[in-house]
Amino acid sequence: MKVLVAVKRVLDYNVKARVKADKSGIELANVKMSMNPFDEIAVEEALRIKEAGNAEEVIAVSIGPSQSQETIRTALAMGADRGILIETEEELQPLVIAKLLKHVVEKESPGLVIVGKQAIDDDSNQTGQMLSAMTGWAQATFASKVEFEGDALKVTREVDSGLESIKVAMPAVITTDLRLNEPRYAKLPNIMKAKKKPLETIPVADTGVTTTTGLSVVEVNEPEQRQAGVIVSDVSELVDKLKNEAKVI
Amino acid sequence: MSYTAPVRDIEFMLNKVVGLDEVAALPGFEEATPDLVAAILEESGKFTAEVLAPLNRVGDEQGSSWSEDGVTTPEGWKDAYQQFCENGWGALSFEPEYGGQGLPMCVSAAVQEMWHSSNMSFGLCPLLTQGAVDALHHHASDEMKERYVAKMVEGTWTGTMNLTEPQAGTDLASIRTRAEPDGDHYRISGQKIYITYGEHDLSENIIHLVLARLPDAPEGVKGISLFVVPKFLVNDDGSLGERNDVKCVSIEHKLGIHASPTCVMSYGDNDGAIGYLVGQENHGLMYMFTMMNQARHAVGVEGYAIAAGAYQKALAYAKDRKQGKTLLGTSEDDQGIINHPDVRRLLMTMRSGVDAMRGLALECAASFDKAAKHPDADKRDYYQRRGELLTPMVKGWSTEFGVELCSMGVQVHGGMGFVEETGAAQYYRDARITTIYEGTTAIQANDLIGRKTARDGGQGMKELTTEIRATVGELEKSNRAELQVMAKRLGDAVEALEDTTDWLLKQDNAALPAAGSVEYVMMSGRTVGGWMMARTALAATASSEDPKYSDAQITLARFFAEHELPKVGSGKQIVTEGGESTISIDVAML
Repeated sequence: MKVLVAVKRVLDYNVKARVKADKSGIELANVKMSMNPFDEIAVEEALRIKEAGNAEEVIAVSIGPSQSQETIRTALAMGADRGILIETEEELQPLVIAKLLKHVVEKESPGLVIVGKQAIDDDSNQTGQMLSAMTGWAQATFASKVEFEGDALKVTREVDSGLESIKVAMPAVITTDLRLNEPRYAKLPNIMKAKKKPLETIPVADTGVTTTTGLSVVEVNEPEQRQAGVIVSDVSELVDKLKNEAKVI
Repeated sequence: MSYTAPVRDIEFMLNKVVGLDEVAALPGFEEATPDLVAAILEESGKFTAEVLAPLNRVGDEQGSSWSEDGVTTPEGWKDAYQQFCENGWGALSFEPEYGGQGLPMCVSAAVQEMWHSSNMSFGLCPLLTQGAVDALHHHASDEMKERYVAKMVEGTWTGTMNLTEPQAGTDLASIRTRAEPDGDHYRISGQKIYITYGEHDLSENIIHLVLARLPDAPEGVKGISLFVVPKFLVNDDGSLGERNDVKCVSIEHKLGIHASPTCVMSYGDNDGAIGYLVGQENHGLMYMFTMMNQARHAVGVEGYAIAAGAYQKALAYAKDRKQGKTLLGTSEDDQGIINHPDVRRLLMTMRSGVDAMRGLALECAASFDKAAKHPDADKRDYYQRRGELLTPMVKGWSTEFGVELCSMGVQVHGGMGFVEETGAAQYYRDARITTIYEGTTAIQANDLIGRKTARDGGQGMKELTTEIRATVGELEKSNRAELQVMAKRLGDAVEALEDTTDWLLKQDNAALPAAGSVEYVMMSGRTVGGWMMARTALAATASSEDPKYSDAQITLARFFAEHELPKVGSGKQIVTEGGESTISIDVAML
């Protein structure tokens, strides 16, 4: 069985995001970029599945500009076997990403696709679900534990009320939550080997997928600055303010 | 204690200033392409920040502890060491035939900076192992290498260097540890002190390299031999055998590097520790010296690495801490003490100083890389001379300046810097050893004026100053005002250095140059540091990738030229005129 993992190149989680002067998006020029942390968890899970003998090959896929090769190399250095880059300079919406992943799924026919539950740049949380709908495969989102049970998977999901266990048939799409695993550090010899692992680049135009959607970004703004608090003299003043100023009680 | 590896600055220095491409073009270093090195630095930065840095404070507070059964390292160190080895970080620069990656020394130095910035006490263990492996690699028989080196490269076994004895510190001629021939091996007995990681619980075995005397050995340095003394004897199949007759009898209580056990080692309390001769009898000191350049370079890296850690801490504090209305703050909310001009000066000195020292150390490492692999024999000689000339500057200047910068880190914190809680003081305490071990600054100074300058009649120094003058010429051609300033300052500095070198070469009374020798190391280091910064500025001027970053590099280089390079001129006065008073005082009156 092959496992496909999707890895996205995003603004590094340590970098403070700044909105571009023209409010068209986030400033990405000359800032540190790295793999979306949820995708690192996806890579780790795929590697563990392979190491446990439940898969033969782990393929890392990224969709983005040529620099996304670095993100794929990171996955290869962690232990993925080969990489596929669908190259595009455009910023694509989750629906298009899902369609492009479907294109790769049809080409590679993996038994399992693992993606991060969301990317930390746009927090969309849509790609995995959309891919599942398009392929007609089972989906197990927000996974915090994945166990093999014969031809099926038992997946523990993190839901608002606690943990939910579901059984899904394969092929399936899994989206990873934070507690699924702790991603490994790449070993030095593997970083060196990663350079020699195959990495195929497919121009987005060759996939035949239309990259336009009915959605466009109008404006991006910084969150409003938090206002300074006030010290109230007693409880009755507090209650009064909550009732009449904040209007929350 | 948070640490973020300055990957971008290191990459800029390696790629754009020192010239990694030239090193990667050498036969044997083809793998070291910029993209691979970038991936290595990135991952090393992650590992050191997330695994080693959090243990730095724990290590300082708990320290290593001694008992009859051995030495216990602080909480979490064993796990971290295991991860360090599993991830292959110790094996970076070693030869592939013993499981290393065969990467150039300049890449290895860049990675090692991160070990020491994040946790110097930890970094010392692999540093010592590396020294021991180097010594074995160059001088041991194939059979001996087979037996020990691969495990040491892996990190499963660590290495130590046993030179010092209570009466034999800088003067190794007075070593007394004895080695008696006993069949195919020797029996070693004696006491060694200041043995870094001489005993610990991080690895399965410890391979001690020990200097000792044979019964019939000639007096002095020509009668010292080098031995391998494993903590556990190694069977023919590579498995561990009996415990050898060597033990750690105590560990020192020190100003800094508390987690790094500094051991008193006792050899041969019973029948004599079993030791195996490395190379030939009575050649021990020479073997040690072949790896001395490497070990001294590594300690020089510690010097600026720890200042880099101190800088990050001071910078964060200065942005956050507010005291009084600042002269440089642009708004009510922008009143961190970083906006007081003097605090800014301290931080700029730290930052530009670290950059300059990194430049020097990487330039020196790249010289050794070229000396090792360049196809042209003349070039190999040229770069060997260059590497050897720069080494005492890397060790001498970068450790002294490193301590000074760590002291500035404390100063930025004000009273809180003196309080241990902030962690600023730990950098200062830990840094203090770097000017002492692997040869004190005075020893580096002796090496620079004697072995590296006088011995070749100043040829190596002449080659260096000629290259620096070429850079001055390039700066003069620039139309940027900052670069003109640098041209003037660097030109003045290199002239002062040349004058001083000429003066040194002419002296008959050895005491006069010796009295000014440390200052000569400082002025050489500053000049080469200024040269590296000037080259950084030139590279930044040529780069259009990120104008803000380039401008900052140029400003840092200008700051260094204006604040550090003028000291080279006063250095000339100190060296050429200050010796007489030093040596003429009636000692009875002191």
